[in-house]
Order: sequence, then C-alpha cells, then structure tokens
Amino acid sequence: MKFYDVADLALRNLRESVLRNSLTTVGISVGVASLVAMLSLGIGLQQLAARHLQKSGLFDTVFVTSRRDVRNFSREQEENGPAPADSPALTATAVKTMEALPNVAEVYPDIRFVTEIRYDGKPHLTSVAGLPQSGKSSDAMDGMQGRYFASETALEVIILKSFGEQLLGNVPKQGAAEPTLAAVAGPLIGKQIVMQYAERTSSPEEVAQQDTSGLPPEVAADAAAYSVVSKLLTLQIVGVTELNPDGMRGQQGARVYLPLKLAESLHVLQPADLRDAGAATGNEATYSTVSVRVKNPKFVPSVEEAIKKSGFNTFSITDATKSLRQFFAVLDLFLGIFGSLALAVASIGIVNTLVMAILERRREIGIMKAIGASDQDVRGLFFAEAGAMGVLGGILGVALGWTIGHVINFGTNVYLKRQQFPPEQVWSVPWWLVFSAIAFSIIVSLLSGLYPASRAARLDPVQALRYE
Amino acid sequence: MNSVVNPVAATSSGIQIVDVHRHYQMGETLVRAVDGVSLTIPSGEFAALLGFSGSGKSSLLNLIAGLDRPTSGKVLVQGRDLATMSREELAKHRLRTVGMVFQSFNLIPSMNVLENVELPLRFAEVDRDKRDAMAREALERVGLKSRIRHRPSELSGGEQQRASLARALINRPQILLADEPTGNLDSRTGTEIMNFLREFNESMGMTIVMVTHERAIAEKYAGRMIFLADGKLVDDQRNTPTTARLEVVR
Repeated sequence: MKFYDVADLALRNLRESVLRNSLTTVGISVGVASLVAMLSLGIGLQQLAARHLQKSGLFDTVFVTSRRDVRNFSREQEENGPAPADSPALTATAVKTMEALPNVAEVYPDIRFVTEIRYDGKPHLTSVAGLPQSGKSSDAMDGMQGRYFASETALEVIILKSFGEQLLGNVPKQGAAEPTLAAVAGPLIGKQIVMQYAERTSSPEEVAQQDTSGLPPEVAADAAAYSVVSKLLTLQIVGVTELNPDGMRGQQGARVYLPLKLAESLHVLQPADLRDAGAATGNEATYSTVSVRVKNPKFVPSVEEAIKKSGFNTFSITDATKSLRQFFAVLDLFLGIFGSLALAVASIGIVNTLVMAILERRREIGIMKAIGASDQDVRGLFFAEAGAMGVLGGILGVALGWTIGHVINFGTNVYLKRQQFPPEQVWSVPWWLVFSAIAFSIIVSLLSGLYPASRAARLDPVQALRYE
Repeated sequence: MNSVVNPVAATSSGIQIVDVHRHYQMGETLVRAVDGVSLTIPSGEFAALLGFSGSGKSSLLNLIAGLDRPTSGKVLVQGRDLATMSREELAKHRLRTVGMVFQSFNLIPSMNVLENVELPLRFAEVDRDKRDAMAREALERVGLKSRIRHRPSELSGGEQQRASLARALINRPQILLADEPTGNLDSRTGTEIMNFLREFNESMGMTIVMVTHERAIAEKYAGRMIFLADGKLVDDQRNTPTTARLEVVR
C-alpha cells in the first residue's frame, strides 16, 4: 500500500472508535507532559543556578595583586617568580596591559578607602568602594530601590540598607521587625551627603624642598614625592540596596559605593601608596587589587596564566560550573526517568487499545486479507495508527507540559513575591526539548505498536472470516 | 448421470488440484476437511462445488483462493503451486489472480460502497486519480451506480452482493471464486446475482468456481458439477445449464 493510503485508512480507523483512541492519546500526552514538565524544570533550575553564578562574578573573575604586597605571600608564589622587589607594581599601565589580553571583558581596579561621610550635619565613619558600570547586572541590584549610576563619573552614591538606617539614626531594637527596604530608601533617595577624603597630589618640587633638607641628594632623588590633601565632595544618594554589590569579590565589604571612574579620578590615597612611598615606583598611582573579568569562565586559566607571566599574583575560584553541569546532568536524568514512567504507562495503553482493536476488527482484517491485503499492509495499518496516536499525543503533551511549566513558574513567583524576592524563571522549554519529546512519543508509540501490528498481520484469514 | 470427467493434462491457465489433503486438529479429533482430492478445472469453465455442510467444499475453495494451505498435495493455479508460495505471494495471488464473493458479502461496514470497491486498488497501489473511475466502472457493470455513497448497512442484500461482485472484479482477475453467493438472498435477487456470474463467465471468459448446496442453482448455471462428501470427491458431472437453453428457446 502507498503511504497515503496507509495514513488515510489508519486515520479512518482512529475516527471509527474515537472515544477509545482519544483516551489513549490523552494518556500518551499526559506521559509526554510529565516528561516535558520534569525536564524543563531541571533545565530551568540549571539555567537559574548558572545565571546566579554568572552574576556573582565568582567564576569569571581573576583577582590580581602585586607581588610587592608581601603580606599576601604564600610559599608557592615565593618559589615561582621574581623576587618581590623585582616585580612590577599594579599601576594604571599594568591595567592597560591586562585589558589588551585576549578574552578579557573588563579590568577594573579595586578602589576602597575608609572615610568620613556627613549627612544631616552628623559624621559617619565608613568604608567606600568604587563600583564599575557592569555592576548594574549584579544580583545585589535586583530589587534595589532607586536607580543605578547615571554615568561612570556621576556625582552619585549607592548605599547599603544598613548604612541607610545608620544615616537615619535608626538603632535596631532587639526583637523589633526590621524596616523594609522601601521604608529606609524613601527618605534617603535624592538627598545629599558630603564625603571627606584624602587626595594624593603630585607636587614633587614642593615636597622635595621640604623633605630633603639635611639629607644627601641621592636620597631625595630616589624617593617618590607627593602630598596628601584633605578634600570634601558632595554626592547625591540615588540607590539603596539590601545586598552587598561587592559580593564575595572584596575582602571587606564597603557600605557606600561610588561610580568607579569617579572614584579613580578622586586620587584617594590608597594603602598601597603608603607602602610604595619608600620604593622606587615613581609618581604613578598603584592599586592593591585589580579584578579582571573574562568573557567566559572557561577562559579563566589562560588569562590567569598570562597575568602570572607578567609577574603578578593571581587568584581565581576554579570553574565550578563544570561540576554544576554534571550535577544537573544527573538531576535531568532522574527527572527524565520519572517523567518517562508516565509515558511507559501510556505505552501500555497503546498496546491495550490496539490489541482490543484487533479483536474488534478481526473480521475486517480477514476481509482485507481475502481481497488481497498482504501481511505488510495490515502491519503498516496498525503501525500507522500507533504512530498517529504518538504524533497527536506528543504535540498535545508538549502543549500540556508547557502549560504545567507555566503554572509552576507562576506559582513559584507568587511565592517568591510573598517572601519579597525578585521573580525568577525556574522553568525553561528549549526547542530541542519540544522536538525530542514529540519524537520520543512517536518512537514509544511505534514500539508499542510493534506487537499488536505483527499479531494482526499474522492473523489467519479463514479463522478471521469465520469470526462474527 | 453424465460420465465423470477425468482430470485432463495440466493446463497452465486453469486450476489443477493434485491429491490435496487439508487436515486440522479440533480438540482431540483430527478433522479431514479435504481428504485426497484431485481435480482439474480448465480456464473459462463454470464449475459448481456441491455437497452438504461439512463436506469440504468451502475448504477446497479456500485452498484455491490461497486463503489456506493444504496439509499435503498441490494446488496449481495458472501453473503455480500455492502450497509452496510465501505469505506475500499468496496475498498477491488473492489480489491479482482470483476474486472472491462470499455468502455474507463481507463488505467493510465503515466504508461506503465506492470505498469498499476501491479497497483492492489501494492494496494494488493504483494511483488515487485512477481509482475512482475504475471503481465507478465496476459498479456500473453490476448496476449499482446510483448508490455508491451508501454504507453497506443501508443497502439490500442483493445490492450488497452486487457491490461485493464489483469489488471482486476490480483487479480484473481470471478466476472468480464464489462461496454460496446466493445463500443469504431471496430467489429473485439470487437469480440476479447468478445472471451476473454467468455473464462474467460468458462475456469475459472468467473461470468461475462456485460453492453451493443447492443443486437446482448449479444445474441452472454451471457447466460442471463436482460433488464432495466427507472431504472426498464423489462425483464429477458435465451439465448443460438450463437457463442458457431457455434463452435459446426464447
């Protein structure tokens, strides 16, 4: 029989006992739906975890320190590399060199200092840090009140909620409910604060005149020369956040954040400056730590190697996404097996339906054989019926699974909202899952059709014709 | 009684049955449905297989149709032994070489008349656009052109048998096998069907083998009457169809 005729006759037969075949098809679709829902949940959770790790910046960042910073020395570093005195300082030039390395997305120095901030006439001592523009996509910015910096040099600050409470003079009472973020942010956003800081200015002549009196000229020529001036800067509070945007990046979290370029331009005296003041580093500003962000966690080792070669100390967290992927592969497998159980039950339904159909259509099969149908024709017909139920069940099942996923996602987000968390996409149906679920449904249906089809094909026509 | 016709030498175009047995087990007893029958039906003959129920006439017809295989012996149809054919080849034999008509019509109830008649063409892989015309032509031949969209249950017995005749003719077989074709019909519609059989035999040269237990019908239409009892051939007579004579008189 030609394919068209097989399909035509099969669909006709399916229509003849429409209720039974629909129920079987619904059975398959429930099986497929459970498979799709389970797997899409697994995939969604994996993407969620990967997204958060990405945002944390833990796995795509190489932290660079100078070997001159001997406090950080470990045995291993001491053995491979130049002596601290011979190694380069972390200067703006070094940052430029790192930016030029392949697969590097962004390089920014870690600028942080402890200073005094005045608000409403009252001084507050706190730690201030620079935040790059890429920090906007950080986890901490989810659910932030207010907005991110307008530009890299805007005279704006983002503060932590805890610091905001301090500014407002709220002393947390034991047992009392914590004020909401909005309650803290409301009175603060748009207000101005005054920051006092120590600026490092280059004034070699002046310094030389003062400092070298009474010393031999060699000493004066070798010393770095700069002066430290106290300055004031008025800044506007634009955002209040609950979480620390530093994440796990910094050793000690700051509570007030400035745009990074602004922080750099202030030339605030850094601890490294003092350290290097006695060394021959010239007048260039040095940084204690530089963060190098690579385009993808897999580039971390190569970039780290390149930076090490130029004589710096590096630190990175091993790519944990690999073990994460492994974990999710196992999770997906188990979810898939559970999802497939329903499909296995559905496949028994197909076998049952088709075996019933053979009994019911025994005479019809006999007639078809008597007028010239071959075993192949009869087998093809039953096979096509199983396949058609598979196709329909697969499509319906994917639609159903998609709907279930949507409901799960919606429910999760309602829950997250009640717990005051930002919404999340915990569920994801990629195209490959849609097509492979339908294909899987067809394959399972065809396999279920194998036995009934061959049984129908082997039917003895004389016996079948006698059957009433 | 006319003399028994001896099996003639094998003709490649007819049916030759050589010492055929068909036994089957029914519980503990062995049923010898066909028990050593040898018989030759030349091409173009109208033969009637007669006998009481259980005489083995239908079993013999099924063997010629290729619906069943003999336990031993040869069933040669157009020179080819059905006993040695594969299931696939037997299906082809049923599709191309023989056409079958049954007492209970055996039309598929979920299909209308046209679709029923077209069905063998699907198995023969005839193109869709040719099938309709062929089926209509066959239905026209049996005078059923006006009711082609009706389902079998909406037709009278005679109409159903005519539809099944059209279906048997559609692949232009050389042999028509009829198993009690008038068994479920009243005498008037039975005559109608028998007239068609005779017409196919005379005008198209079709070989017809008809199973019946009504001797009167055999005498009226068949050119040869073969009697079976307990699976054995008991008599084989030449016959001059009476209706043919009547028509000549008229």
